[in-house]
Amino acid sequence: MTPGAKQRLVYVANAAAVFAALLILWQVVIWIFRVQPFMLPSPWAVAKAFVDRFAAILTAVEITGEESAAGLVASIAAGVLVSLVFAKSRWVRRMLYPYTLLLQTVPIIAIAPLILMWVGAGTASVAVIAFIISLAPVIFNTTQGLISVDENLVNLFLMHNASPSQILFKLRLPHAVPSLFTGMRIASGISVIGAFTGELYAGSSRVGEGGLGYSILYASTQLQTDYLFALVLATAILGFAFFFLVVFLEWYFLHNWHESARVAEAESDS
Amino acid sequence: MTTGHSVPMVEIEGVAKRYGNGQPVLGGISLSVAKGEFVSLIGPSGCGKSTVLKLISGLTQPTSGSIRVDGMAPRDAREIVSYIFQDATLLPWRTVEQNVALGLELESVAKPTRAEKTAAALDLVGLAHVAKSYPRQLSGGMKMRVSIARALTTSPRLLLMDEPFAALDEMSRDRLNEEILRLQAEQKWTAVFVTHSVAEAIFLSTRIVVLAPNPGRIRAEFAVDLPRPRTAALRDRAEFDALEVKVSHALRAALVPESAAVPP
Repeated sequence: MTPGAKQRLVYVANAAAVFAALLILWQVVIWIFRVQPFMLPSPWAVAKAFVDRFAAILTAVEITGEESAAGLVASIAAGVLVSLVFAKSRWVRRMLYPYTLLLQTVPIIAIAPLILMWVGAGTASVAVIAFIISLAPVIFNTTQGLISVDENLVNLFLMHNASPSQILFKLRLPHAVPSLFTGMRIASGISVIGAFTGELYAGSSRVGEGGLGYSILYASTQLQTDYLFALVLATAILGFAFFFLVVFLEWYFLHNWHESARVAEAESDS
Repeated sequence: MTTGHSVPMVEIEGVAKRYGNGQPVLGGISLSVAKGEFVSLIGPSGCGKSTVLKLISGLTQPTSGSIRVDGMAPRDAREIVSYIFQDATLLPWRTVEQNVALGLELESVAKPTRAEKTAAALDLVGLAHVAKSYPRQLSGGMKMRVSIARALTTSPRLLLMDEPFAALDEMSRDRLNEEILRLQAEQKWTAVFVTHSVAEAIFLSTRIVVLAPNPGRIRAEFAVDLPRPRTAALRDRAEFDALEVKVSHALRAALVPESAAVPP
């Protein structure tokens, strides 16, 4: 085994140990305080609910996953376009930047009912909510990447009589890719939260069947706490999956040249 | 050449420069650089030596005075000018050969010619073996060589260099100094070179111009009448040391405001 692989195995083992310790603590708390299952189900009950109702959970994950993915992809596309405009014109940037910030600070819970009213209940409005919540980090990071190009690199391009589009496509855009990925990493996690929040309001066309947010709401009203916990677990796994997909893409596109990918390599090798 | 020998490569006449409403950076300098010359600009920080290069390249415009490059306005002369910056200014997402090809690519040179010239430039600086590497895999000295190769691919007639070796250790710097002289002997371009190092200026130049700060102006000029081709052995000669003393003295004098230098 290479030293790198050994190191990774140690990381995984450590994380697994923490997980096991938490499970034991959880079980012990239930025994000592005689907690009712509807208040806090045992880890075993949660696992059982996860397996027994796997089909329903999978459906919920699929629905929420699709809504989050649609919102995330749209936020990346729109975010990059807005960033290009922001990078092009300092005037527009200064005028609209505060409102981009507003996008991030307005509580999504407050605007979710409005979106539902405007777009109509269903997956489309949930995707729109995921889109809104994911947009700001993409814009902030990509804009920063586009405008933080070293002045002498721009001068170098000018010395070769480069056109504005050459400076954009051969210099600013590639330079912004690492920042874009940083924005995408943040957006990937919160897009799932956005879709989840949207579903709390959006409801579902069929009773008991919908995305994760809807299903959790349903489980809590039915006092099916073990199912609720299983759904929370599924939500966390979905968020992780999104995050790691972006991290993988980041590594794939940047590991040849960028410092962040290099640091990750160095860490796993040490 | 239609321009003939009489047209200087660089002609600066009474050029002053200030940014916005600030203090003037350059307070009226005149300097003529003949074709084939290697002129070093040396001076304390704030004397505007980098600004002189920016003006010659047309990256910034003079507040007053005129600049001609091979008889043209600086912006129109860019095809015959290459600029080497203090940092290697390589694009980290491109391999060494893609970096070297950048200038040709931006000037829309056909691909086969581009590949040929890139390979030749890499050979010239002895980096053919790292053509497929990324900049992060190279040492500081090697990165600078890539930068030099990139500057040479477009066959410049004038090379502007802004402290290109300032960040390197002394050994790499000396080696690159020798390489620059070899390249100039082969390709016969004209050079305007900004440096902080007196020894480097003497080793490379045919002429040294000492600038004084606040505002930047020419304080002294020294012709360097040392034989060419120059080798590392030149640094051990008595004339080299004597000139180093003279230039260092002028440099120290440039730091003293003229009014204070006048005895009471």
